[in-house]
Amino acid sequence: MAVELDVFVGNTTIMDEEVYQLWLDGYTVNDAVKVRMEGGVLDECEASADVLLSDTMDQYRTFQMCERLLHSPAKLANQLLFQIPPHRQTVLIERYYAFDDAFVREVLGKKLSKGTKKDLDDISAKTGVTLKSCRRQFDNFKRVFKVVEELKGPLVENIRQHFLLSDKLARDYAAIVFFTNNRFETGKRKLQYLTFQDFAFCAGQLINNWTVGAVDNMVEDMDVDLDKEFLQELKELKILITDKDLLDQHKSLVCTALRGKTKAFNEMEANFKNLSRGLVNIAAKLTNTKDVRDFFIDLVEKFIEPCRSDRWTAADMKLYLTHYTNSAHILDTFKHQVVWDRYMGVIKSCIFKMYHD
Amino acid sequence: MPGKLKAKIVAGRHLPVMDRASDLTDAFVEVKFGNTTFKTDVCHKSLNPQWNSEWFKFEVDDEDLQDEPLQITVLDHDTYSANDAIGKVYIDIDPLLCTEAASVISGWFPIYDTIHGIRGEINVLVKVELFNDLNRFRQSSCGVKFFCTTSIPRCYRAAMVHGFVEELVVNEDPEYQWIDRIRTPRASNEARQRLISLMSGELQRKIGLKVLEMGGNAVVGYLQCFDLEGESGLVVRAIGTACTLDKVSSGSAPNTNTHVHPNTAPASNACNSPSKDGKEPVFGEDLPSSSGPPTPFRALPTSSSSPPPFSPSKPCSRQSSSSDTDLSLTPKTVEPKPVRCRPGIFLCPSSPTLSTDTLSLPGSGSVGCGHGLSSAPRATTPPPPSSIHSDCALLRKSVSFTEDLLLAASGMGSGGSAGKEAGPLKTLLRQHTQTALEQRGASSSGLLLNAREFPFFTLTSFPPGFLVHVGGVVSARSVKLLDRIHNPALGNTRSYKLLDWNSVTADEPETRDAWWEEIRQEIKSHAKALGCHAVVGYSESTSICEEVCILSASGTAAILNPRYMREGCLDIGSTDHRFEDPSPPSCGFCHIPYDELNMPFPAQLTYCYHCRRQKVPDVLFTTIDLPSEAAVTGKGCLIQARLCRLKKKAQGEVNATAISNLLPFMEYELHTQLMNKLKLRNMNALFGLHIQISVGENMLLGLASATGVYLTALPAPGGIQIAGKTPGDLSNEHHILTIQKRINDTIAKNKELYQINPPELTEEGLGSPIPEPRQRSRLFRSHSESSDELSELDLSHGKKDAFVLEIDDTDAVEDIHSLLTDAPPPTGFYSCNTEIMPGIYNWTSGIQMFTSVRVFRLSNANLTNQGLNKIFTDLCENLLKSFYFKLRSMIPCCLCHLNFTVAVPEEELIQVAVTAVAMTFDKDQAQEKPAEKPINKGSSENEEQLQFPLELCADVSSANTQPSSKVSGVPESTNVSSRAASVDYGSFADRCSTWLELLRLKAHTIRRGSVKTISSLERCSPLPEGRSRSLRSSRSFGGSSVTVVKMTPLSFLPGIRIIKYLGIINMFFIRETTSLREEGGVSGFLHSFIAEVFAMVRAHVAALGGNAVVSYSMKECVLMENPNKNQAQCLINVSGDAVICVRETDQEPTASMTNIGQTCCSANDGAT
Repeated sequence: MAVELDVFVGNTTIMDEEVYQLWLDGYTVNDAVKVRMEGGVLDECEASADVLLSDTMDQYRTFQMCERLLHSPAKLANQLLFQIPPHRQTVLIERYYAFDDAFVREVLGKKLSKGTKKDLDDISAKTGVTLKSCRRQFDNFKRVFKVVEELKGPLVENIRQHFLLSDKLARDYAAIVFFTNNRFETGKRKLQYLTFQDFAFCAGQLINNWTVGAVDNMVEDMDVDLDKEFLQELKELKILITDKDLLDQHKSLVCTALRGKTKAFNEMEANFKNLSRGLVNIAAKLTNTKDVRDFFIDLVEKFIEPCRSDRWTAADMKLYLTHYTNSAHILDTFKHQVVWDRYMGVIKSCIFKMYHD
Repeated sequence: MPGKLKAKIVAGRHLPVMDRASDLTDAFVEVKFGNTTFKTDVCHKSLNPQWNSEWFKFEVDDEDLQDEPLQITVLDHDTYSANDAIGKVYIDIDPLLCTEAASVISGWFPIYDTIHGIRGEINVLVKVELFNDLNRFRQSSCGVKFFCTTSIPRCYRAAMVHGFVEELVVNEDPEYQWIDRIRTPRASNEARQRLISLMSGELQRKIGLKVLEMGGNAVVGYLQCFDLEGESGLVVRAIGTACTLDKVSSGSAPNTNTHVHPNTAPASNACNSPSKDGKEPVFGEDLPSSSGPPTPFRALPTSSSSPPPFSPSKPCSRQSSSSDTDLSLTPKTVEPKPVRCRPGIFLCPSSPTLSTDTLSLPGSGSVGCGHGLSSAPRATTPPPPSSIHSDCALLRKSVSFTEDLLLAASGMGSGGSAGKEAGPLKTLLRQHTQTALEQRGASSSGLLLNAREFPFFTLTSFPPGFLVHVGGVVSARSVKLLDRIHNPALGNTRSYKLLDWNSVTADEPETRDAWWEEIRQEIKSHAKALGCHAVVGYSESTSICEEVCILSASGTAAILNPRYMREGCLDIGSTDHRFEDPSPPSCGFCHIPYDELNMPFPAQLTYCYHCRRQKVPDVLFTTIDLPSEAAVTGKGCLIQARLCRLKKKAQGEVNATAISNLLPFMEYELHTQLMNKLKLRNMNALFGLHIQISVGENMLLGLASATGVYLTALPAPGGIQIAGKTPGDLSNEHHILTIQKRINDTIAKNKELYQINPPELTEEGLGSPIPEPRQRSRLFRSHSESSDELSELDLSHGKKDAFVLEIDDTDAVEDIHSLLTDAPPPTGFYSCNTEIMPGIYNWTSGIQMFTSVRVFRLSNANLTNQGLNKIFTDLCENLLKSFYFKLRSMIPCCLCHLNFTVAVPEEELIQVAVTAVAMTFDKDQAQEKPAEKPINKGSSENEEQLQFPLELCADVSSANTQPSSKVSGVPESTNVSSRAASVDYGSFADRCSTWLELLRLKAHTIRRGSVKTISSLERCSPLPEGRSRSLRSSRSFGGSSVTVVKMTPLSFLPGIRIIKYLGIINMFFIRETTSLREEGGVSGFLHSFIAEVFAMVRAHVAALGGNAVVSYSMKECVLMENPNKNQAQCLINVSGDAVICVRETDQEPTASMTNIGQTCCSANDGAT
């Protein structure tokens, strides 16, 4: 004897958020039932395992049918098949597009190609995220990337409108798209300590300040590609390190300002030239795509690591970078104030964000 | 008269990709009505095409407008090969034909393909211009409003209720035509969908015509069904109640005031048809006689020619009639079935019916009518009583039913063998029927006859004052062989019934008509036997397996207030004293309609516990909803009896006979189960009783669902006592005691659970039990048997040692165990199958309608009846549990209108489909009915819990409610009701010995457990207050671009006011797949199909401008699967009323708003 068919369909689609999460997390029906039983739903409602299984199956089917619609969330609102209250729709979408930081860290900056997709089982093994869930997340990235790639207008806004995501999630996706597009290297061992949120923040900074969109907001790819002109102009900053006078002058201005304000003053003074060279060289090299990819590595190697080995505190870092940036304005012979600000503004906030253990 | 239909194709969206190369689609649309087709341009390379077509205009007859759907086909243009169909939309334009309903259809419709399901949506605008608005009702019946709702629709007032209308049309099933072998499944499915759409359109038109002829303007309680008879064809049939409805101007007034002015009866009635006068005794004639219990039936003026039900001959017939099923479930109410005679009686008043009856009786023990007509044996399902007889007969071969003179002989013996012996009778009957039908056919206006012949009402709830008394459930079943369809016994043709394109099957409607005619006659006579002139809550159904078909009809015998009827009022009103002195509304309907001295069956009568002026039975079964004015104690609950019976596989007549033989047993068992479960819950009445018997190749399934209630007006139910057969046996004794204890505990628990604390009555009210009327009445009560023996059993067992139960028999033990296995719903849940839960009045607006289907495969071929029963019971119970679990977030809530449908789609498969609605209510507010009825109030609110389970004391006797009982503390002191004392139901003594015998037999063979009544005085406390949740649900879907459409099987939405009815929704879909596995197996397939059906219903409602569907039901869900071939097919038929509603607090939208639905909807989104 067996139940051959068992369905339950509500006029208003019934969805249990807990089950939805289990589904998203890639649990099989049986595993999900187990988890739910452990969660104690049964005691609450005097139900049996069969009931739970049947309920879970129903919901899994519903989610599977919804999945097609979730691929283009705008459809969810005007499709007729499921009657889902708007707030539920929002939850469905938001959860569907949510991702695991551990997973995204693994693919951030990688090409969203078939090759990467094939490696998902390794990632799954490494991160503990089920393969099913990895695939969903990967496909989400790819889908968002493809749609947004060709659109004009602000990236975050586009994502939000096309995928009906919350602002926060849309920004995260913008970061992912941005990283993917520029293929930033994030996987090196030295970068492992950085979280996705660190990168997302940096991406936000870059998008807002260094892309074409930062100056002109009706260009294709405006938020995805860095502003080429700006990158060219960055080369001009080299004068800060190539001109010895300027370098010394800069150093003395900064040291004057810092003196007495921090315990790490000695180290700062000693390392000033190295650090300054590091930052300016990064700027000067950004015209090469290859160097763009290594942007974060360079920041860590050239600046963050030396400072960390000198045991600067976060406050030291802040103090130093503030004065380092501002002092450049006082240099008479330094004419590239605008570019400098645009560059250092981003660098400063990125480093602040990245300067932790 | 012609009309102009205009359609405009606006746009499409979410179309499927039809061209793999480009990932796009070149879509265009064909718009077809009748034989005219228009096409739009091709919209190249788009999945969201904008056609924005011109208005396509069709000039057509309004007859066609009623019959035909507008057919919209979306195709993918292909330059080199045939265009591929994407899908279709059928739009029923009927709602546009009614001035009061929708004026335009406009909206997004899912594009549906029978193979692929929904594939995108299309935006369409449809309008109709009807010319010549006046006097256009010749062939068409535009303007007649149809409602699925089985009460007077809110926002209308019933000016007049005209009565029963029925019609059926027959055609060949396209699936079985030769051409089906060479066409694609898609073409075949579409042909079927279209045909059924046409047939239902035609059916509706014809019913509309009848209504117009009767002078009505609406059909309420419209019930349309399909019989998929396979090779023998496709029958679409419908019944309904013709009414004249007035729109209530305020819009807000519920249907309450339905006063009718007798004088308004259209004059036309009188002159409608010559034949009418002679034929229809219905209201006019019956009323006077039956209305007063005291009036002896014999007095019926009209019926003089026909034997009154009680006539001596009757009993025999009943007996013999094995074929009838009268199941009267009403405990007391069973009506015997005077089957045989009916055709004679009603159809040809002048014919010597009497003689035939008497003649036939002796000979026939079996089924007469069935044979005559179809040669299929008619199964009878006698009401429990009769069934009992037959049971006994079978089991014991000799029963002495002496009680009724007549019964005796024929009845018993033959009960079992319905088919074979009816020699002479058969012929007689056939002649009979034939003449009857001929007469009917001959009469010029055949149409009118039906309405007048059958005083049936498909309504289940009534305006106050309409329902005067309720007798009990009447039902009839008959088993037919479908292969006879092509050789109908009757030569009559009523050509208007034929579909033009289908001359081959021209005579089929006649056959089917005759079948139903028989059944209806039977029902009618049962009602008469109960002293009632009308049947309310009437419904008909079929169950088909191969060539065997069980036709069933059931309803509730009742006496209605003639003021609301068409002509009845004129004749009767003055003479009937009863109406002049109306009983109190809260109990009047419980009072017996039959003569106490001539009770149609043995019943235990007492004075009404409410008014104490009139007699009431101790138990009442009905198919209607609880009247709103009824006084109820505590809450109600769903009660189900479930039964499986194995049968041998067989063919043709043998099979039909086997089924007929089984039916009485099933009815009896179901009835017994219901009765026991009712008592177990300490309740005394059932509402919404629906018994379904489904036939499969190797088994019969029976499912009876009803809502149990404690009616304040009826006496408290006794308890149940188990007794052992051999009192000496200690271990056995112990066992019995244990069971007895469990039963008592359960009863006590249930009392508390359902908050049943009957009000106590003053002593004077109780009076002494009514003396047993039996002896005196003996002569007249011909049918007496029929009544429930069951109730008899219950009553008498307690006192009589004679009733010893073989409790040691495993079957009996199982039965009792199964009684106890029904788990009560979890805290916070209630369930019922009526519109609303008796005892809950403070609904909040949260609702969730759902459909659930389960199919169970019996893997073990050697199952026993017992094993099957268990499986079936578990299946139903598990379904309920599963609902409670799924809907737990709505607690506190009630599952209303739980409608179970069972089927045996294949050997070893059991299918159960349920549609219901979960509604939230506010637990914090008082549970009392807002207004009146102080009587029940006190007790339920009382926080104190006093429980005095009393073994033997009576019901409550003392005057005042709580205080006294509380104080008394000791139960004995308070009570001892007079009733209990005599109760006994023990008046057994005066019963004739034969009864005893009979009972004993029954006890032995069937029940093995005796039941004894225990009256009790218990006070229940309200349920522990669980979590109180605040109103849930204001789901505002405001932002969404899709109109939210609420659906409910009820006739109303809580907290929401219906301001306009937009027309009936009646849709039929077929879905087929050849990639079952890929769609998630059969569950995945059906899941998406049901979701699609909901979506299409919602879309059509939204396009009409509506935002809700009320009285929604899924009439048919036929699933066929062949997993080996990876195929499955499913047919679903749904119906309901599309409405516009607003939140009760909102202002009524202005006229302009209602015009254009869209506006209105969007405005109201929040409300929904």
